[in-house]
Amino acid sequence: MKTAIEINALHFSYRNTPILRDLSFSVLAGEFFIVIGPNGSGKTTLMKVIAGIAGRTSGSVKIQGRKMGSYGRKAFARKIAYVPQMTTLDFPFTVMELVLMGRSPYLGIFGVEGREDRETATRALAFAGIEHLSHRRFNRLSGGECQRVFIARAICQNPEIMLLDEPTASLDMAHQVRIMDVMERLKKEKGITVMMVSHDLNLAAMYGDRLLLLKGGVVARMGEPQAVLTADVLKAAYGCDLLLDRNPMGPYPRVTPIPGRHRV
Amino acid sequence: MNSKTPVVIKRILIINSLLALLLLGTMFLGLSMGSTGGSMGDVWRSLKGEEGGGAMLNDIIWKIRFPRVILAALVGAALSVGGLVFQALLRNPLAEPYILGISGGAAIGAISGILMGLAPFPGVSLSAFCGSTATLVLILILSSGQAVMVKDALLLSGVMVNAFCTAVIMFLISMTQDSRLHTIMFWLMGDLSSVDLHQAGILALMLAPCFLVIFRLSNTMNLLLLGSDLAQTMGINVKVVILTLLVVTSFMVSATVSHCGLIGFVGLVIPHLLRLIFGPDHRILLPACILGGGAYMVICDLLARVLPAQGEMSAGVITAMIGAPLFIILLKRSGR
Repeated sequence: MKTAIEINALHFSYRNTPILRDLSFSVLAGEFFIVIGPNGSGKTTLMKVIAGIAGRTSGSVKIQGRKMGSYGRKAFARKIAYVPQMTTLDFPFTVMELVLMGRSPYLGIFGVEGREDRETATRALAFAGIEHLSHRRFNRLSGGECQRVFIARAICQNPEIMLLDEPTASLDMAHQVRIMDVMERLKKEKGITVMMVSHDLNLAAMYGDRLLLLKGGVVARMGEPQAVLTADVLKAAYGCDLLLDRNPMGPYPRVTPIPGRHRV
Repeated sequence: MNSKTPVVIKRILIINSLLALLLLGTMFLGLSMGSTGGSMGDVWRSLKGEEGGGAMLNDIIWKIRFPRVILAALVGAALSVGGLVFQALLRNPLAEPYILGISGGAAIGAISGILMGLAPFPGVSLSAFCGSTATLVLILILSSGQAVMVKDALLLSGVMVNAFCTAVIMFLISMTQDSRLHTIMFWLMGDLSSVDLHQAGILALMLAPCFLVIFRLSNTMNLLLLGSDLAQTMGINVKVVILTLLVVTSFMVSATVSHCGLIGFVGLVIPHLLRLIFGPDHRILLPACILGGGAYMVICDLLARVLPAQGEMSAGVITAMIGAPLFIILLKRSGR
């Protein structure tokens, strides 16, 4: 199977503090790959390095077998789309205008989009299940709706790889599942590689093909959910006591933290 | 326009033809009204090149009012575009060159230039550019260090930079005794009166390329509103774009300030009003700010000429009287 993202001996330091240390792993093409780990373990930084936002201190990142730096800016943007953690916006764009911005890597120098771009945007809105919001003002939407708008914007960018940084954080259950389902369909129907950071271990267990547990900037464990989500591994990584059993939904591990038993 | 013309282009053309008519209308008003009489019909004949209202009216229109109206339109356009760009760069609808202290910095530079006896162009323009760039750097340092620019930090540093600039300007004035004092004082409140067609032409030549560069980057400014991270992942070279916009805009503001002095709040009022009517897309807002800002300034200048019982007041008084209350309303609303 082909690799979508290949990371080799990646180091990243911020003001002489190492954030990522000697990371090496690959994400396969068409895979739902979920990065988990405690706060401050370097998950967001890792996503930013792959998205080309943060430079790397050393090591190499290959996208579809080619070094990241060998892509032109626009060519790179056509390969990878990125959904950051909650984005705030004080300007009253409509949902359609925002989603259309995803077309920018395909536009000419004055950045004017044509009819085909609008059709792509309409399809992206439908895919994310928010056609009905098309003419609403973004700054009037709820948190869950906002996040789906940014996901539609990323879909509209027509990428082969989708990077998402905690897209379900602070959303209610229904929105969390909707977003995970959209990603699942992107993977199955369009063959898009999805790499996501998540704090919800149970969602990760149900949707992820493989998980990467990051701790202190190094890979603590990587593999299928059953292999990563074990009591010993999680206790060591998160420093809290937890109960591990089988999810009644199917062959997925289920994690429940035990109240009052954490190492401070 | 056929059905294949992109929606954005259609909107740009329709909205801006309307605004262009508005600008032409206000310019005609600006030419027809003033302390010396003459009916609109006389003015119209004079504009067509006929000797309708006599040689004196002809001279007043072409030698005094015409350059002034042109200057007002240019100044309004440049200040509105300046406000628009700063609002996009700082992702803050309240940003404006005057409020941020950039105009104040340009004023220090320009006054130093005047005191050193430099010519208005290129001497004073250049010293104004140095002043505005210095304050720009100062503001960026003061309000940096935060991932997202915090509104209060930005506005507070602007207030402080402005206070400092005012102090320096007062200091410079108190060191001046001769006739230049009157020039400087009047200029500080925004003065559109002392201009000839030649100067207005030079300003137009300086502003035109700036407008073009900014229009080329107008879709990019839309993306920048989503934050520099997201803009970068859409193929934008964020550092280069921000630097280009900052330099071009402070050049534009300096060129304007060195011709007409300190005129505040235009860059707040016009982009805000236009955004309210036409939405936040910069591809539409940029030309709209040029035309609408021009029209607004022509009207403000006309009021400054016509309202006072004797003589005239400076246009900066009118723009501040409209702009400052609006700023307070916006600040109150944005807190919610």
